[in-house]
Amino acid sequence: MFELLEMLDMPFFRRALVAAALIGFTNGFVSGFVLLRRSSLALSALGHTMLPGIVIVVLITGVLNQAGAFMGALLASLLVGLGSIAVTRHTRLPQSTALAIFFTSAFALGVVLLKYVHTSQDLEEWLFGSILSVSDADLKVFFGIASFTLLSATLFMRPLLLTLFEPNVAAVQGVGVRWMNYLLYALMIFALMASFQAVGSILSIGLLVVPGAIVSLFTNHTRWLFWGGGVVGCLGSVLAVIISIPLNIPTGPAIVLVLGALFLVAYLCSPNYSPFKRSPKT
Amino acid sequence: MSKCNHSHAHGQTHDLIIEDLEVAYRHNTVLKDISLHAHCGSSVALVGPNGAGKSTLLKAIAGLVKRRTGRITWSGEDNLKCRGGEFAYLPQHEEVNWDFPITVRGVVEMGRYSQLGPWKKFTKQDDLAVEKALSLMEMDGELANRQISELSGGQKQRAFIARSVAQEAHVLLLDEPFTGLDRDHTANLTRLLRKLAQENRLVIASHHDVNTLADIFDHVLLLNRQIVAYGECQSILTEENLTLTFKNTANV
Repeated sequence: MFELLEMLDMPFFRRALVAAALIGFTNGFVSGFVLLRRSSLALSALGHTMLPGIVIVVLITGVLNQAGAFMGALLASLLVGLGSIAVTRHTRLPQSTALAIFFTSAFALGVVLLKYVHTSQDLEEWLFGSILSVSDADLKVFFGIASFTLLSATLFMRPLLLTLFEPNVAAVQGVGVRWMNYLLYALMIFALMASFQAVGSILSIGLLVVPGAIVSLFTNHTRWLFWGGGVVGCLGSVLAVIISIPLNIPTGPAIVLVLGALFLVAYLCSPNYSPFKRSPKT
Repeated sequence: MSKCNHSHAHGQTHDLIIEDLEVAYRHNTVLKDISLHAHCGSSVALVGPNGAGKSTLLKAIAGLVKRRTGRITWSGEDNLKCRGGEFAYLPQHEEVNWDFPITVRGVVEMGRYSQLGPWKKFTKQDDLAVEKALSLMEMDGELANRQISELSGGQKQRAFIARSVAQEAHVLLLDEPFTGLDRDHTANLTRLLRKLAQENRLVIASHHDVNTLADIFDHVLLLNRQIVAYGECQSILTEENLTLTFKNTANV
């Protein structure tokens, strides 16, 4: 306890806590959409694809900033996504296979290209994040992403849910299904961008899947998935940052480990799905 | 909101007109030379073998598939402009994400999107439409609060039909609405489709049971990638026409 108070005096630690809260909330909120979209695998592909995208932008421009990183990540994930769709159309390969080929190749390319990047960050930070080194400018970006996510998701929650549930019926009812899919895509990319900094490219998918999954064990209400996921993602990430320092474990993996442990506990205690089949108390 | 005119003053009718429709998925032509005319206040059954293009025709009318050629209009407006109010579409069972955490009532409430858009609050009128649709499909009471993942196949079907009904749309495009329904609910849906046609709506539904056709629908469209025959049930449902529709299905 004493240690925690002492650590709170350190600006880098305060920034890390705020970043963890913002990133955790954003990812947790969006994880509801990921769950309803049943697209965890595709998203994992996206997360991995962002690495080469960002590396290439850094190689070209010579600096790493959020805008450049976003463009690189977006372009790379678009290339991989569209490429896999094209291959699926012209062959008999299922899209998951095509996607796996593309994203592992892209990721491998990213790791190779990292050799040529001359920044102070080393490979480990790229792969597993570095939330302890976020700057005030980074925090503003995370805050912007969180605000955009909350605002757009709240404004368009109804058409988003109709699209996720049954896009054809939604389209006939007048929902702009294509725009809603773009919005979903943008929300996921933004969330991944944020978690790229926190937990790195490989583990980012965990932060973007686990919170919603935890909440889904306890509720049947669609809206709870989002807000509940946001709260779980936020608290889990903050807790992980706090314990990672005295335990001396890397923060990125700590976040995913804490969320994984929370999921395990939730699964064992869930009134509906527990393997022990205890009768619900609440 | 929709640009189509809903009113039926002076007993006028609204027409669905399809001209020279052709739909292809890549190199595979699914529908060819489809031209037909249907009007509100009636019901049309789509009958044909597997792969005849029944679902595709419904989707084409709903504006969900690209057409290679042709025009589809509803009371003079291009069908794409009629989305968001005029049409209700019931997809086939397997196209729906049944794991979605939502109650039966929630599904039916989604049917009010055309009236509410993204932001408007549910009004009493919307609640009434939802309640009415639920009770028409006998999904009211305890069933309405169940999660859709806990429903039987027939109940899922009824929940989705209730969603279509709650839309209070002018044209109902139903893909295999009788799938999974037991005897009593088949009879119930038969009554409902008749009633919808009497309310001056246009019901178009794919259907498999040739024997019950005439009890449910006014018109029948025999389809096998092209129109084999179209008209009133009695005159169209001849042995010869049916043989013509269902023969050689493996080769086309």
